[in-house]
Amino acid sequence: MKLSEAFKSGKFVVTSEIGPPKGVDIATMLEEAELLGGRVDGINITDQQSSVMRLGSLAVCKLLKDKGIEPVFQVTCRDRNRIALQSDLLSAHVFGIENVLCLTGDYVSLGDHPQARPVFDLDSISLLQAAVKLRDGKDLAGNELQGTPDFCLGAVVAPAADPVEPQIIKMEKKVAAGAEFFQTQAVYEPAKFEQFMKQVKNLGVSVMLGIVLLKSAGMARFMNKNVAGVHVPDSLIDEMDKAEDRVKKSIEIGARLIKEMRDMCQGVHIMPIGWEKHVPALLDAAEL
Amino acid sequence: MVVSEQKPFEEILRMTEGEKKIFIVGCNGCAEASGTGGKAQVAEMKSRLEQEGKKTITGTTSVDFLCDKGLVKARLARRAAQISEADALLVMTCGIGVQATAAVVAKPVHPACDTISLGGSRGEWQGSERCRECGECLLDYTGGLCPLTVCTKGLINGPCGGAKNGMCEFQPKTKECGWQLIYERLKKLGRLDKMRTILEPKDFSKMEVPETIKSTIKWAVEQREEEAAAK
Repeated sequence: MKLSEAFKSGKFVVTSEIGPPKGVDIATMLEEAELLGGRVDGINITDQQSSVMRLGSLAVCKLLKDKGIEPVFQVTCRDRNRIALQSDLLSAHVFGIENVLCLTGDYVSLGDHPQARPVFDLDSISLLQAAVKLRDGKDLAGNELQGTPDFCLGAVVAPAADPVEPQIIKMEKKVAAGAEFFQTQAVYEPAKFEQFMKQVKNLGVSVMLGIVLLKSAGMARFMNKNVAGVHVPDSLIDEMDKAEDRVKKSIEIGARLIKEMRDMCQGVHIMPIGWEKHVPALLDAAEL
Repeated sequence: MVVSEQKPFEEILRMTEGEKKIFIVGCNGCAEASGTGGKAQVAEMKSRLEQEGKKTITGTTSVDFLCDKGLVKARLARRAAQISEADALLVMTCGIGVQATAAVVAKPVHPACDTISLGGSRGEWQGSERCRECGECLLDYTGGLCPLTVCTKGLINGPCGGAKNGMCEFQPKTKECGWQLIYERLKKLGRLDKMRTILEPKDFSKMEVPETIKSTIKWAVEQREEEAAAK
C-alpha cells in the first residue's frame, strides 16, 4: 500500500528501516524485517547506506514485498546516472514496490570504496521530477513509456540543521518537484521541531518525525560532533550517562520524544541502527 | 583561450527581471576574442537593454582580464558610484570573470555568457577550479558562486543533508559547504528567491565543445597557437 493512502486515512503512520547486509546472507535481515513488519506501515530499505557497498535496496524491497511487508525503496543519486535511476524506478514498479524515498546520497568518501567515481547526475529534486514524469507516462527526455508506473514519493529533511532555512528552501522545492511525504533526520528537541513544523505547515505534506534511539551518552556526543543535522541536548546526554539500564532508558527517552511530538506531525520514522530488536518495545512504550 | 557564447537575450531579460538599473562589465581578454564581451558587444548590449529591455544602464566598463580578481576590484572601485546606483551587474565574460566580479561587489551579478571551454586555462584568478565549462552557466541562481565547483557533489538545487557546522561531509575539517556559502551570499544580496528556483537536470552533453565551434577557423587558430606555445 502507498503510504499516502495511510496518511489519507488519518492514521499516525509508523515506518522503520533496515540495512541490507554486506554479502548475500540475508537470514538475519529477514528476521529483523519480520520482527518489525507486523508493527509498522512500511520499512525503508537503505541504498548503500553511508556509501558502503552492500546488497541492493531494490532486491531487498522485492524480498519484503513477497513476504507481505510494505517496503519503502530508498534511492540515492550517488551511484547511478539518470538512465539507471529511471530504469530502477521502472523495475521497482514491476516488482510491486509502491513507495520510493528520493535522496541525494552521502559522498563516496564516507564509505568503504572512497576511490569510487561519484555520479550525482541528478539530485534529490530532479530524481523526484523524474519519478513524476515516469508516473505521467514519459521519461526525463520526454519519450513515451509503454505502460506507466505509479509511486508514492517521499523525501527527507533535517529540522535540527543549523541554519535550518536552506533545508526548508530545499524542502519547498522537493514538494514542488513531487514529494508527498517527508521523513526527518533524528530530532531530540520538541521545541525546535514545533518551530520547524510551524514553518513548513503551509506546504501541506505529511511529515514523519525521525527517531534514533540513543544507545549511550557516547553515541549522543559522537552524533553531536559528527552527524549532520542532529543535535542531542545535554539534558538527554546526562540522562543516558546516569542510566543504570541503558536499553531501558533509551526506550524511555525515545517513547517520551514520540509522545511529545506526535501531535505536531503525521507519523514517525524509527531508525534502529542495529537496535532493531528493541523497536517493538519502543512502539509499546510510545503506545503505537 | 577561454571560449564563451552569449546567452540568448531572452534569458538575460529573464535574469534581470524586476531590475531597472544595470551596470555592464565587459572583458578585453578572451571574451573580446570570442566576440561575446568585448567593447563592441558591451555597447550593443547597452543599447539592446535600453531599447528592448527598458533598462537604465548606469555605466559600462571593460577590464583587461576579468578573471584577475585583484584587477577587477581596483577597476570597479573607480566606478563605485555607478555600480552602487545599479540594481545588479551584467558580466559579459567567462564563469571565472563572473565569479571574480561577484566576489568584489555587494550586488547581484548576472552572467551574460555560457562558458564553452577554458582551453586548459584557469584565468588569472588562480588557486582553485572555479568554472567547469559546462556551457549553461548557473551563476545567476547561485550568487556568483559556481555550484559545480563549490559543492563537492556538484548539486544545483540546494544543499544535501551532509553539512555539519557549515562544513562539507567530504572534508569536514577544511572544506566549507558550498551551498552554505551560496545561501549566505544570496541572503546578503536579498535574493534567496534565486535559490528557490528549481533548476532542471544539467545537460552534460554541453560540457563537450560542440562540433560547430570546433570546426571554426577561430578554434583552429587557437589550437595551433597552443600547440606552438607548447613547443
